[in-house]
Amino acid sequence: MSLYQDLILDHYRNPRNQGELKGATHNAEASNLSCGDTLHIDIIVKNDIIDDVKFSGSGCAVSQASASLLTECIKKESVKKALALEPKDILELLGVTLSPTRLKCGLLSLETMKKALHEKNN
Amino acid sequence: MLNIQAIKKDFPLFEHEKNLVYLDSAATTLKPRVVIEAEKEYLERYSANIARGLYPLAEKATKKFEMVREKVATFIGAESAREIIFTSGTTDALNLVARLLTSQLTAGDTVITTVMEHHSNFLPWKELAKKNVLDFRVIPLTEEGTIDIEILKKSVDEHTKIVALSAISNVLGTINPVKKITTLIKNINPNTIVIIDTAQAVSHMPINVSEWNADFVAFSGHKMFGPTGVGVLYGKLSLLETLPPVSFGGGMVLDSCADETLYKEAPYRFEAGTPNIGGIIALGTAIDYMESIGMENIQTHEHALTLSALKRLQETFGENIHIIGSTHPEKRSGIIAFTLGGIHPHDIASVLGEYNICVRAGEHCTTPLHRSLGLHTTTRISFSIYNSEGDINKLITILEEIQTIFNK
Repeated sequence: MSLYQDLILDHYRNPRNQGELKGATHNAEASNLSCGDTLHIDIIVKNDIIDDVKFSGSGCAVSQASASLLTECIKKESVKKALALEPKDILELLGVTLSPTRLKCGLLSLETMKKALHEKNN
Repeated sequence: MLNIQAIKKDFPLFEHEKNLVYLDSAATTLKPRVVIEAEKEYLERYSANIARGLYPLAEKATKKFEMVREKVATFIGAESAREIIFTSGTTDALNLVARLLTSQLTAGDTVITTVMEHHSNFLPWKELAKKNVLDFRVIPLTEEGTIDIEILKKSVDEHTKIVALSAISNVLGTINPVKKITTLIKNINPNTIVIIDTAQAVSHMPINVSEWNADFVAFSGHKMFGPTGVGVLYGKLSLLETLPPVSFGGGMVLDSCADETLYKEAPYRFEAGTPNIGGIIALGTAIDYMESIGMENIQTHEHALTLSALKRLQETFGENIHIIGSTHPEKRSGIIAFTLGGIHPHDIASVLGEYNICVRAGEHCTTPLHRSLGLHTTTRISFSIYNSEGDINKLITILEEIQTIFNK
């Protein structure tokens, strides 16, 4: 089965929640140095709920589609639920299995989101 | 002209992978059956240690092993087999030179390399400079992707101890004028030690280290149809004889009980421990294999493929493709790195991989080069003797498909 299913390509071509958020309560940046994937996530938390979330960055289709899917998944959900997400949940969202070399592309969004929620920047 | 169908039959991998398009020979070449058989024969029929045993099997292994030293010396135009040190690969060879030369350095000396180097010909010198308080200079490229000779000229002076550069860049494919550069350096400072990373050249063009007048030359077995885990460091004998060993153990010592330990002569003093005997014997077979095809023939074949690929990539993708390196094909070997639209090289390589077309994507162990070109990553194809026009056709067909898939 091809890695590039319609779902991944759709989110790569038409990313959801792409951009920056003014007044973000949390944000973080992370990158895969060897791939050149970079990701920035802004989050607004209100009463322990993720009120809004946006991402920006550049990289391969897998890293960008995964960020798009993840932001859709956690928007309007509780911080607790977002922090409980695991790598297998991201793979489920992507709907594919990833080889070890592509796994870090797929999981960059999860890493960045957790980093943002753990570090209160503003 | 090479008979590609016949050559492909020499490589068992093409039997197991029927539709394989292998365009990653700059990473490692495939292995011909004769090489695999040579290593197997050693393991099955005379797998004794070398330079120690007095029984016939050990003598046979030793003789076969030392014959490869002679063969390598002839193949690269060395004056003596004593100039051939066996290593585990290019990286090991270059790190070995760096350690060997430590005793020759004083703080304030200059060590020079270039921005196009593979990490294995960059980091050993950067680290050496840091540890020994040396002035570390990195020669930039001209706009055309060749070493900036004018800056090199200005950088070499009476303090220059080491200049390390590659014969062919593993990303740009640039063929550096090694003889010209060595002459230029030695004219300014005859005491400068010139070190050439030949990993990307040794299986693609005839090489003559004596004509180059290089002091050290490093290359890997696995990029010249041999096994992984073996490599060569050539060193000028007059220089090797002045250098103390840096790695100690069995096989390199004459008298270990004397107050001043007495070591064997070069190259044996630099080869402590049991080497990869079967691998080195198979490396000898790999050289025989290349010579049976002919280095000039290999060069001509790969050059024709490179010209065709450059032309067809440009014709098909126009302004969407950015080919890195010189626009003069005569200055290039069979390595072509490129970016295609805004598509990430990992996506390109993944989709090509789904069609069993093998290319490399990433930084190719050349972060300094990619940064200097303002690039993060590139996709790289590289040719060898088993590639044909058909491979270029398949590559271009799938690249066109990729362009459609990822078109935003």
